[in-house]
This record gives sequence, structure tokens and C-alpha cells, in this order.
Amino acid sequence: MSILVGRDTRLVVQGITGREGSFHASQCLDYGTAVVAGVTPGKGGQQALEGRVPVFDTVAQAVAETGADTSLIFVPAAGAPDAVLEAADAGIATIFCITERIPALDMLKVVPIVEAAGARLIGPNCPGATTVGQAKVGIIPGTIHRPGRVGLVSRSGTLTYEVVQALTDARIGQSTCVGIGGDPIVGSTFVDVLELFRDDPETEAIVLIGEIGGDAEERAAAFVAEHLRGKPMAAFIAGRTAPEGKRMGHAGAIISGAAGTAAGKIAALEAAGVRVADSPTRIPQLLMEAGLKPD
Amino acid sequence: MKLQEYHAKSLLQAAGLPVPAWSLAATPAEARTAAQAYLSDGAGQVVIKAQVLVGGRGKAGGVKLVGSAEEAEAAAAAILALTLKGIPVRRLLVGPAADIEHEYYLGAVLDRDARRILVMGSAEGGVEIEDVAASRPESIVRVHAHPHLGLLDHQARGLAFALGLGAQRQAFASIAQGLVACLLTNDADLVEVNPLGLVRAADGSTSLACLDAKITLDDSALVRHPALEAMRDLDEEDPTDLQARREGINFIKLEGDIGCIVNGAGLAMTTMDLVKLYGGRPANFLDIGGGARHEQVAAAMRLILEDPGVRAILVNIFGGITRGDEVAAGLVEARAQQSRSVPMVVRIVGTRAAEAATILREARFETAATLDEAAQKAVAAAVAP
Repeated sequence: MSILVGRDTRLVVQGITGREGSFHASQCLDYGTAVVAGVTPGKGGQQALEGRVPVFDTVAQAVAETGADTSLIFVPAAGAPDAVLEAADAGIATIFCITERIPALDMLKVVPIVEAAGARLIGPNCPGATTVGQAKVGIIPGTIHRPGRVGLVSRSGTLTYEVVQALTDARIGQSTCVGIGGDPIVGSTFVDVLELFRDDPETEAIVLIGEIGGDAEERAAAFVAEHLRGKPMAAFIAGRTAPEGKRMGHAGAIISGAAGTAAGKIAALEAAGVRVADSPTRIPQLLMEAGLKPD
Repeated sequence: MKLQEYHAKSLLQAAGLPVPAWSLAATPAEARTAAQAYLSDGAGQVVIKAQVLVGGRGKAGGVKLVGSAEEAEAAAAAILALTLKGIPVRRLLVGPAADIEHEYYLGAVLDRDARRILVMGSAEGGVEIEDVAASRPESIVRVHAHPHLGLLDHQARGLAFALGLGAQRQAFASIAQGLVACLLTNDADLVEVNPLGLVRAADGSTSLACLDAKITLDDSALVRHPALEAMRDLDEEDPTDLQARREGINFIKLEGDIGCIVNGAGLAMTTMDLVKLYGGRPANFLDIGGGARHEQVAAAMRLILEDPGVRAILVNIFGGITRGDEVAAGLVEARAQQSRSVPMVVRIVGTRAAEAATILREARFETAATLDEAAQKAVAAAVAP
């Protein structure tokens, strides 16, 4: 089933009656994802998406009634940390949080509780994940994919779509595409997702999309050097031209001194045997050079 | 958001940390009055510090020690006449100068990779901690505070022992715990006391005091701290940045001549990178955010056109949560209100791209299919006579 989401995924959408929640839940449903429930406190008993999805007051009810095992969160920032904890409390195994602008300290407090509950959190401030042809859990446009064997993991949202489009245009299909989110504190890291790809028989090559700030890419490079040698890999790092000391939108994307620069990340990845592209459109060619066979 | 020293000190004080008395002065006369009060109170000397959000104030002449009210007035006049790294000095902090026996460093920062709060201490304070980290990394002691429980008693004690604190061990431990509490209460991502001074009082007794303070707040959390939002120094803010924030747009002005309007921070950086790759210079970083409505698009266009150096505009939208037709409608609206005519290249793909294409075609916009093509066209438009 590739990784994180697939044919067996049973999805509950928290915040399904909101503007973004209803629009994107219906896109997930149209893609073929089993959207089995929605949650909006106070709207239990109603139907969402033109009667196609039952709405519950709590995630626990949704799980009990529908067997939901994966959650997708569109709840606004003030309520999103609680929504994540509610999902973990209700026994949801995989939680995707799309919400942006959640205070970092809220996530600092939420992440250890989610981990203790044995759940996996992707995000926040992420586009979710799509296993091509099986399930779309998030906001990555469904039309840009082509089924195949390349796994993609990214810290960015729309840049992920750009790279997926470039792969599809080059007739290189994808297994699962995952956005882990651009915030300083996220539930799952590059390394967490790379581990899943390593163990996935349907993923033969991997694309990593990073950006300036922090050292997540350097850590990913260390993991690649130790565990993924021999797997065809390509990467792109956004922010080569970003000035020092300025926060480029993503709370995480900031260069301070020599730390977190694109040059440092590119060097670390190349040392681990990863080919790094200077434009998203050059990634397909680099994957071929790394040994990926055409579809 | 960075806080001025006097605001940072007031937050430390509220967290129970020992901060020496201070007054704020905006004129040489006010500085003189404040200095006179401290001198009459027994202070041997008075320190006057420029309140600006830039580093290296001391080296630039923004900090002076004086021994009389007259000297205070003259020093204040000199500092108020300064412009530090482009920022005119408008306010001064005036306080009794400390008799410093030793300088420590103490800081708490959000550690994104460990997903914990990192507390750092060093017996080599008073200098840039980055320099200490580079030259003598072993002199910095690190410990992770728990996100729910804060800095535990034994951790604070351990830090004090490691830094060689003797009689002041207890006091140091409570300062370290207060520092973490201050970070948690105010949703800060950095709280730094440098130096934390071991200071001698007139009677010869010694105690610890926070002699300088730096606090950076998490912008995403300011909505729940209206009192902290009120500490924003509007005098030091670029008016364009201010306008962008009010419109909900992430905007950073750069030196080039190609204005960029993009959705998503990663894609916005990539768009800048490609403009550069094809020989152009980006005029800005601009992320209209997820799910932007047409009003934000129009506002983004106004912001960009306020820069007279902009010679071309590149719009790059890959719709996910953002809908292409909203953006296209916003561009049509913005162009109708545009103060001057600048060549524009638009690329909209993803969610509702087909609807967007129809709108753009009818309004006769120059479009591009890929980011590379859009960047190349924008660079060509910017260099055209």
C-alpha cells in the first residue's frame, strides 16, 4: 500500500463543515479516498458534502461508528492543537494537520502526547499525503500525479506540487508523496518518512524537497548515508538566494550565520550520494542518472 | 517579533528575575533627571543605552557610562543623534551601572530538532554566545527543559554546578527556571540574558542580576497576547512590512527589479532562486499564503508596485488550498487599479487552473505554462528597454 495512506485508509475529516474543510474533503472523496466521517462539534447528526459523509460531534464517536483510523485536520489554529490531541485520544493511528500558524509551543506540548499515544502526526502546516491512485489525504491537487515508484517527501506545500508536476511531465510516476510541513516543530521529520520509504517495496527511488533553516536536511543526509545508499535519490533545496537573517514566511526558513544555508544542505546531501537539482524541472533527469529505470 | 531591551527586561521582571532599576528617556533632559535620581540614590556611575533592535550597540557608540548628571545629558544627546544600522535612536534606557565581578550567559531557545526547549549556560558571558560556541564550545552547558514541566529542579541545580556557581547556586537555579517560565508564558522562541552579572553592592555583598535581555516572540502566538503585540516598535518597522502584515501577506523587500507574487513560502523562495538562475534579480519575497482571496492578490500587487525599481512582475501560483480562479480574478481587479503599467507574466496551475486560464485569456494576460518559462519571460521583460 506504499506508505501512510492507501486503499485501506478510513478517513475522518475534523472541521469538515468549514470553508477549506468541506472543499478539500470533497476533493479527497472524489479522488477515491474512503472519507467515512466528518467531525464538527455541535453539528453531529448532520450530513456533509451533499449527504455523502456523516458528521459527528466528537472524533471518538466517529471512530466508534465508522472505524476511522486516519484523521485530516482543517480546524483553525486556536483549536487545532486540541483537535490533534482529540484524534490521538480517540485512537486514530495517523493524524494529518493542515492548519497553519499554530504557535510553536503548542506543538512542543502536543507532540510528546501524540507519541505516547502511539499515533503518528504529520504536520502541522503541511499539505498531507497522497498514495497515487489509492488515497489522497490532504490538499495536494489530485490531478498532477502519475502512478509509479518514486516516493517524495517535502517540507514545503506548493513546491511539492511543482516537483510532482515536473515528475509527471517527465512520465515518472510516484508511489506516495508526503509533505511534512514547514513549521519549526512538526510531528514527523524527513528521517521518519525516509524510514517508511526504505521499508516500502513499492518505492524504488526517492525525491527530497528541503529548504533553508534548521538542520533537518543534514539529518536526512546522515540517514541516507547510513541506510539508503544505493537507492536512486534526488533533492532540491529552496532558498539559495535568500538573504541572511530574514524569515522567509515559513517560521522555519531562516538563515542564521552559517547555519541552515542552502549551500551547507546541498553539500551534506551530495556527500551522502544524493543528486541535488538547481531547478525542480531538472529532478527527473537526475533520478534517471541515479539509476531509476523509466516507467 | 523582537522586543526592545526595556520590554524584555519588564517581562523578565514579571517572571520574578532580578533586574536592576531602569528608566526610559526620550530627551537629554529626561536622561539627566533619571541619572540624577540614581546618583543621589548612591550609584557611583550611570549607564545609558540606546534602545534599538540591532546588535552591536556598544561598539557603535550606543552605550555610555557617565559619572554626573551633566555627563548624562551630554551622552544622551550624543546617542540620540546616532543612527545605528539605519535605525535612528529614539529612546534610551538609563540605569545605575553595576559593579560587575563576573559575567555569565544564560539563554533558552526553541530547539526545533530535539523538539524541546534548550537551556544554555556559560561562565563566559558578556560576549556574543555565537563566538563562544565557535571558539570554546565546551564552555557552553546545555540541558533540555520539558515542554510540560519546564526546567526541573535538578536540571537547574546541575546547570549551576556545571557553571561553577558557589554561594549563588540557589539564586542561579531559580533564575534559570524563571527564564524558561518566561519563555513559556509569553510564547517566546528565544529568551536570553547576557550578561547575567555577579554584581557587588555598596556594602560589598554580591548577587546575580540580569544586565541585558533579548526576547524574540513567536509571531503565530501574538494573537493570544494583545499586551505583547502592543510592544511592537512601529518606529523601527518598514512601512511596507507593516502594510503587508495587515493584509496577511508574507513580504520581504529585496534589491532586484522583478516583483514576485507566489503562494507558499517554499515555492516563493524557489521562484526567487529561478529568477536568479535565469539571470534576473528578484525584488522581493512574497507569499500570499494558503487559501488567499482576491483582496490579498490585489494588496500584493499594490505592495510590489510601491517599489519604483520594479520593472516586471512574475505571478506563480500552484493551487492546492489556493484556488486559481480567485487569484486570476484578483489580478484582473489589481490591474484595473494599477498606478503604473509594468509587464506581467502569470502562471497559474493546480486547483481551478482551467477556470483561471479562461479569466486570464479574456483579460489578455501574458501567461506561461511552467515556472522555468515564467521566470525566463519575466527576466526578458525586466531587461527590455
